[in-house]
Amino acid sequence: MKTLFKNSCLLLLSCTFTLPVYAALDEVNVYSARKEQLIKPLLTDFTKQTGIEVNLVTSKADALLKRLESEGRNTPADILITTDAGRLHRAKEANVLQPVLNDTMKKLVPEHLRDADGYWIGLTTRARMIVYAKDRVNPSELSTYEDLANPKWKKRICIRSSNNIYNQSLVASMIAHKGEKATEAWVNGLVKNMARKPKGGDRDQIKAVAAGQCDIAVVNTYYLGQMLNSNDPKQVKAAQEVAVFWPNQSDRGTHINVSGIAVTKAAKNKDNAIQLIEFLLSKDAQNWYAEANNEYPVIADADWSETLKSWGTFHSDGLNLTQLGELNSKAIRIMDRAGWR
Amino acid sequence: MPELIIKAIHSAHQKTDILNGISLHLKEGEIGCLLGPSGCGKTTLLRNIAGLHPIRGGEIFLGDQLVSSENTHLATESRKVGMVFQDYALFPHMNIADNIRFGIENYTPKQQQERIATLLELIGLAGKEKRYPHELSGGQQQRVALARALAAKPQILLMDEPFSGLDVELRETLAQQVRCILKTEGITALMVTHSQSEAFAIADSMGVMQQGKLLQWDTAYNLYHKPNHPFVADFIGQGVLIKGTVYSCSQVHTELGILNANVCNCFNPNEAVSVLVRPDDIIHNDDSDWQLEVVNRVFRGSHFLFTLKLNNGEQVLCMSQSHHNHKIGSKIGVKLEMDHAVVFPLQT
Amino acid sequence: MRKHLNRWSILTLVFALLLTVPLWVLVSFMFEPTNDNWTHLADTLLPEYIINSLWLMLGVTIGTLLLGVPTAWVISQYRFVGKSVLHWALLLPMAMPAYIIAYTYTGLLEFEGPVQTALRTVFDTQTVNLWFPEVRSLGGAIVMFSLVLYPYVYLLARTSFANQSQSVMQASRTLGAGPYKTFFKVALPIARPAIIAGLTLALMETLADFGTVQYFGVPTFTTGIYRTWSGFGDTTTAAQLSILLLLFVVALMMIEVWSRKQAKYFTGNAQPLNQVLPKLKGKHALAAFSLCLLPIVFGFILPALQLLDWSINVASTALNAEFITLVWNTFSLAFITALVTVSIALLFLYIKRLHNNPIIDQSVRIAGLGYAIPGTVIAVAVIIPFAWFDNTLDSWAREHLDISTGLLLSGTLFALVFAYCFRFLSVALQSIQSGLSQIKPSMDESAKTLGANHWTILKRIHIPLLSSSLVTAFLLVFVEVLKELPTTLILRPFNFNTLAVRAYEMAADERLADAGLPALLIVVTGLIPVIILSKMIGKRHA
Repeated sequence: MKTLFKNSCLLLLSCTFTLPVYAALDEVNVYSARKEQLIKPLLTDFTKQTGIEVNLVTSKADALLKRLESEGRNTPADILITTDAGRLHRAKEANVLQPVLNDTMKKLVPEHLRDADGYWIGLTTRARMIVYAKDRVNPSELSTYEDLANPKWKKRICIRSSNNIYNQSLVASMIAHKGEKATEAWVNGLVKNMARKPKGGDRDQIKAVAAGQCDIAVVNTYYLGQMLNSNDPKQVKAAQEVAVFWPNQSDRGTHINVSGIAVTKAAKNKDNAIQLIEFLLSKDAQNWYAEANNEYPVIADADWSETLKSWGTFHSDGLNLTQLGELNSKAIRIMDRAGWR
Repeated sequence: MPELIIKAIHSAHQKTDILNGISLHLKEGEIGCLLGPSGCGKTTLLRNIAGLHPIRGGEIFLGDQLVSSENTHLATESRKVGMVFQDYALFPHMNIADNIRFGIENYTPKQQQERIATLLELIGLAGKEKRYPHELSGGQQQRVALARALAAKPQILLMDEPFSGLDVELRETLAQQVRCILKTEGITALMVTHSQSEAFAIADSMGVMQQGKLLQWDTAYNLYHKPNHPFVADFIGQGVLIKGTVYSCSQVHTELGILNANVCNCFNPNEAVSVLVRPDDIIHNDDSDWQLEVVNRVFRGSHFLFTLKLNNGEQVLCMSQSHHNHKIGSKIGVKLEMDHAVVFPLQT
Repeated sequence: MRKHLNRWSILTLVFALLLTVPLWVLVSFMFEPTNDNWTHLADTLLPEYIINSLWLMLGVTIGTLLLGVPTAWVISQYRFVGKSVLHWALLLPMAMPAYIIAYTYTGLLEFEGPVQTALRTVFDTQTVNLWFPEVRSLGGAIVMFSLVLYPYVYLLARTSFANQSQSVMQASRTLGAGPYKTFFKVALPIARPAIIAGLTLALMETLADFGTVQYFGVPTFTTGIYRTWSGFGDTTTAAQLSILLLLFVVALMMIEVWSRKQAKYFTGNAQPLNQVLPKLKGKHALAAFSLCLLPIVFGFILPALQLLDWSINVASTALNAEFITLVWNTFSLAFITALVTVSIALLFLYIKRLHNNPIIDQSVRIAGLGYAIPGTVIAVAVIIPFAWFDNTLDSWAREHLDISTGLLLSGTLFALVFAYCFRFLSVALQSIQSGLSQIKPSMDESAKTLGANHWTILKRIHIPLLSSSLVTAFLLVFVEVLKELPTTLILRPFNFNTLAVRAYEMAADERLADAGLPALLIVVTGLIPVIILSKMIGKRHA
């Protein structure tokens, strides 16, 4: 019994500590804030196509950034992937990235979806849209984000917590367009119109609209897409109760954010990293994003999923996304002051 | 009117019988003591009285109230018993005053204060009421446990080996102090112990238990001098049994000679019997012609205890003053000083 | 002080300091100047964070005591039908991560959930809206935490009740106190240190939680720490807030110690009498049974059923070979961490026992502070010094040896296990200490007189006598690591996933159904040790 115990301990130790960490020679190491299920299939395809092994660790963007900063020139990471432009901007500021923009990327990705200096490139976009209860809201009542502060929406809006980066970015975009003062007044108005204290995720807001707890909600596109394509009939049903509205079509366009990619300053496999970026911008990969997660491809000739097609095209905010990162702290402070929890 | 009456009780622990038909009673203010080796059931008897263990048969009365029988079981807290546990069981999170106060919280604060002061005075710990149990010596803890048990003036005080955790020298003094305190308070008490010296020091009457039976309930003097069972004779004091034969109605024949004994009603003539010989029955006397061989000796400070060999090989004990330093193997002169021999059926 | 400086105390101190490097990294941030994020926080959210945290603590205190203490009392004092199962089943909720139970109850009880929907078919919507309590609220968070954290209180209280000298409680009865007075005035105060120890663990875990309160929209002090870090990118203020949180916990612990400074507790010199516990019958047995069943139903069975329901929908597609790797990773990580942590805790406590020395005492106390720090903060505080060490060594090697050593520790499982050890050492210390204090010093002394050296005494006397405490400590740490999320998420090496990470990634993507299967597997993996644990403890107190 005792020996058995000892042996199994040794076995465990040796197995766990000798896992091949950077075994293959031809490899690329990825720090990803995209969840594993939303990146791994593409990376597997990449390895199949090129023979380049991909080592992946997924985590929260801030933690990955901290790791990059602390590890400095010895970092094993070649690539950083995040799900918002703000974090990419922060990484650029922290001086852990290097510009890799080449002509292929320039041609494929619209200018406002990449860093001006070429430090990062957007891979997909997601829009922060308004969904409304088909039976209680006439789409003609809806117009802009600004209008959400209108007292006519009192106790009718569901939106998640201000801890969420997409809400922070939305407010940051408002600051960029309208200035701090107007944004503060807008946030104050919006908070007064909330039907309940912010809680849960974006799907929860959609479900709350479906259940009649509120009339409209502000959510990211792919959450509604996921619900419509869910295995769970309850989710599908809830998602079908609501309709999509694209705000600010007559002026600057609907607020969008990107999931983006960058190469680290200390990248040891820079060529492989660039190869991976180009792969992720390929038509097949871009189609996958649309099909698997209902994100909007950044390249022009990718195919949209049925769900995306059903929502139609929309005019998106052309604001350079770098600004979202720069204004993020200001946005949080305004939300804090307004009591957006 | 007796304070405690126990009528033929039976008690068991799961399937094992522990007590078998025990009866005894204690008068008001009387201090009783149960002696016996460990495992004889004496602690169980106390726990039966306290209501900590139910009985299967018989009856227990406290005063005129039936508290335990086969079908009756009055809860411990309603019995008005006080109990001193072997480990004292003081509440470690309360100071001395609060420990004593625990049982009298229904008194007014003034009465509580007075009672605590009186008891602390009585146990000689006045001024230490703020101390915690772990700050006291074993003897002090013992007295606090006593004071706590006495605080509410229980109908009967039960003490389970209360001195076993203390130094031997302390035990007898403390036992006498406790007797004094109990008499001052006029408390009826029942104690169990396996030490006869403690029992002699504290009790008015006492009993010897063996294997769930109470063999004899009597005064200390009678237990020593008139034991009714060889086990009692053996347990109380020292002594040996030698063989004898009933000679007549008032005499037994033994190797020591013909001894006076009242055997009329119990034994037939010529019946083989056992006779109790205590060390103080045989006196060492250098002038005596009757010489016996010393086979062992133990120095006891004030005296020697010699083991002597009789002619038929039987051995008896003999006490002598300690300046009589006889060697093993030598012969010493002895005299018999026995008024009445205690005779039992032949023991094998 | 000087007289306490000897080989052992210095060794212990150095070891404790090394182990608590993350703590010192945090403390070093205290010396950085505060920035205007502080004033912003103080002006806007800090008061709310603090008030929410205090309410949460108060609520969880009441909740865990109500669930943990009466069950421990009933189980330790009586026999009744079903006890042999209930006494270990009561530990099951421990295997349920708080954020997972939060998701399941939200799924069941939210506005759109089956319960409210069913109620709306009977009553009108207005009535249901008015009367149905909101799950995702402060009250809901209190209930969730209480349901999964009460086992700490239960476990320690049960051991304490079972070890209490029976005669003390009987003494109380002979002094005229009924069962209730005996419980409240004697048994409960004597068990207080054990109950407080369990409660401390529960509260520290509550304070360090982020996932549950975030999901429920109840911003707490820890929310503030996260927000400062992730929103403002301000590590300094976040670290300063963490230290503040830690100081608060230390202050609480000191108040507790001070409040019972006079009454020295000992576990009684009498062995608990080998008595058969009274058997409950009829309605009393039913009451005891229900009392113990209730927390199991709500803390384990209901949420597990919900998880099972979610899992069944996806099991056919999701359950593949990859899951075996996940389970294996999770299990081996938890196993190794538990082994290492328990060994370190035993070493610390044994040195402390051998050398009555204030430096060693304080070293051990400091080493046990990690549990009160949120996992994310610990992870960051591990990244910084490890990377510094690696880079310094690398620079030195490049300069003098002309080779690059690269990152030796950063991004390895060593860093992860180290962070766990720091975080969970107090769990191991608590349970081993309670076992060690029951071994009388005379035991060591008698072994010494028989010619045994320290090592032999440890091996032949203490470890066998401590076996059940050691197993308890091992399994507590094991279950903690199974559930642990933020540290794993941040520190794990490439291509290394655990069940908790998988559950989180699905849940954070709001794919609750897909989160169900890994969550269920966490519970199942945690279930096995919980059962072993209780069998062993049960054997000891049978």
